[in-house]
Amino acid sequence: MLEIKNLHAGVDGKQILKGINLVIQAGEVHAVMGPNGSGKSTLAQVLAGRDGYSISTGEVLYDGKDLLEMDPEERAREGVFLAFQYPVEIPGVNSTYFLKAALNEIRKSKGLPELDAIEFLTLVKEKMKLLDLSEDLLKRPVNEGFSGGEKKRNEIFQMAVLEPKLAILDETDSGLDIDALRIVSGGVNKLKRPDNAQLLITHYQRLLNYIVPDYVHVLYDGRIVRSGSRELALELEEKGYDWLIKEAA
Amino acid sequence: MDSNLDIMIQAPQTRETPAANPYLASFERFEQNRLAAPAWVFPIRKAGMARFAELGFPTPHDEDWRFTNVAPIVKLPFKPVSEYSRDGITAQGVQQFTFAGLKAHRLVFINGHFSEELSAILPISNGAKITSLARALNSDSARIEKHLANYASGEDNAFAALNTAFFLDGAFLFLPANTVLEDPVHLLFISTASEPGAASHPRNLFIAEKGSSMTVLETHVSTVENSYVTNAVTELVVGEGAVIEHCKFQDESSQAFHIATIHAQIGRNANFTSHSIVTGARLARDNIRTSLAGEGIDCVLNGLYLTKGDQLADHHMIVEHAKPHCNSHEYFNGILDGRSRGVFHGRILVQPEAQKTDAKQTNKNLLLSDSATIDTKPQLEIYADDVKCTHGATIGQLNEESIFYLRARGIGLDTARRMLIHAFAGEIIDRVKCRAAREELDQLIWQRLEQNPQIAEKH
Repeated sequence: MLEIKNLHAGVDGKQILKGINLVIQAGEVHAVMGPNGSGKSTLAQVLAGRDGYSISTGEVLYDGKDLLEMDPEERAREGVFLAFQYPVEIPGVNSTYFLKAALNEIRKSKGLPELDAIEFLTLVKEKMKLLDLSEDLLKRPVNEGFSGGEKKRNEIFQMAVLEPKLAILDETDSGLDIDALRIVSGGVNKLKRPDNAQLLITHYQRLLNYIVPDYVHVLYDGRIVRSGSRELALELEEKGYDWLIKEAA
Repeated sequence: MDSNLDIMIQAPQTRETPAANPYLASFERFEQNRLAAPAWVFPIRKAGMARFAELGFPTPHDEDWRFTNVAPIVKLPFKPVSEYSRDGITAQGVQQFTFAGLKAHRLVFINGHFSEELSAILPISNGAKITSLARALNSDSARIEKHLANYASGEDNAFAALNTAFFLDGAFLFLPANTVLEDPVHLLFISTASEPGAASHPRNLFIAEKGSSMTVLETHVSTVENSYVTNAVTELVVGEGAVIEHCKFQDESSQAFHIATIHAQIGRNANFTSHSIVTGARLARDNIRTSLAGEGIDCVLNGLYLTKGDQLADHHMIVEHAKPHCNSHEYFNGILDGRSRGVFHGRILVQPEAQKTDAKQTNKNLLLSDSATIDTKPQLEIYADDVKCTHGATIGQLNEESIFYLRARGIGLDTARRMLIHAFAGEIIDRVKCRAAREELDQLIWQRLEQNPQIAEKH
């Protein structure tokens, strides 16, 4: 589904990703871990198509297509979803209106009929239960006045409504208490299907107690220095990143 | 047309020679020709004239007018349109104007003259009055005498002083204690004068006694593209516990000059909301002053200006907290295009007695073109020590983070920009409590934005 080949990317003349290689197949859950500043979030941003990053070498194929050539909205319509580390508050844009517009754009691009208000609300009510979110949140502007936990749950709620093929979760666990983490990861697990994939980006092993990955990759200084199974995450939890960094050096 | 009433007004050349002021002669002629008004009105007019002669038109040297040069107005011959004429405007034609299709008590003014034939008041009871000020001066003389020019006398405001000297008519609204007016009152001011420099000085007085409540919608429009002048003054007396919403929509000709002074005197536990929505006029200045003269008042000043071309929209507010435990919020958003300019000047004055004041002011601006400018000056003047006062201003383009967030969910760049611009205007429009007016404004503002090619091209 996703093939990242020798990806080099930077911002403001500073090289951050220095040759990432990663292959993700449908039905898989991958976790990318790494210390602060290793390039984890840059990877998520570049995959979602944020402006301001320059890609010097490498390519990213998504279902065989050149992902880096696509605008962010095209990527989203093709099924790429980024759960933001810091979801943006958008005053004045109603949550329901926003999500309905997003879903209908995606449906349109797939040649599906747009949902009307009633169909959309039925869908939304069903998905809200999954994340234990209050319907009041949907009446408010996007993320405005939401608590940190509500913002993160809202990201996964959007994921549930938009049903992406490839979901990139950028530090979705950070700042969550145990209850919220359980709800969020429960939601993510229920959204897993044989025809979609998830890429979890996290600093902590903790999340992987709730969402069990098929593969764990350690990112350090813009490169994946180690890949393995879930046991690698447990090893990191025990020994920290230092031993890997020393090996990589 | 009575040529005696053609008043050629020239600005005093310098402030040092007010005696040479040609206005005085005009003024005397004007007063002699005026219809029968109670005797007490003349000294008020005369004082207004004298004050104007002293002050002269403001110049950019005045701190309060630093960013708004009224020289183009000063050059105009202020010619009042002396006779009422419907000027081809029909009852049906009126309905095209903003708010004029809504169910409301309606007072229509054409070039400053009250148009009885186009006005319509729904049945009211309980002694409420919705009428023209000129008429009310005779029928409610004693009540008006207590208030007229008590708040906006023009002491520090030359335009208000000029209005006090020369006003012909305007709206008079009176609500006795505990009267709730279900339908809004709509004041429609139409300019049809084809002569450059035609001037009108609408004068409104609203008195809402204890526990009363009403919504006033005010529209300023024109049927001509012309450099006429509207110099309006509105005084509001908001009694104890009264709830008043005033929504002014200024959509004058893009050549016109619009000066408005609003002064609200607010009593304890009252709730006052003022909206100033500006899309029209070449130069528009709204002076809004509220005196929070009792405890427990809640006061919201809310505004939106949408400018393009060479337009200038200036809002100048003074919110005076005189008593403890009052809240005041100012929210002003501007969307500026072309070489247009916006000015926001918000001053919060907290008197020593006004402890536990909670005052906020926010001015946010969206510049759609590289040549648009905004001068913003939030000011706090605090003489009490236990208060919460905040102010903030932002100037910029659409938030890139927000655009990316919307795009990352599949929403196209163009739609994302439109959504955010609409939302920016919507923040202000959403505060209009009168639902019918809010919906009409929302649609209208959106149409105006959609007509703007910049929105699709720039961000």
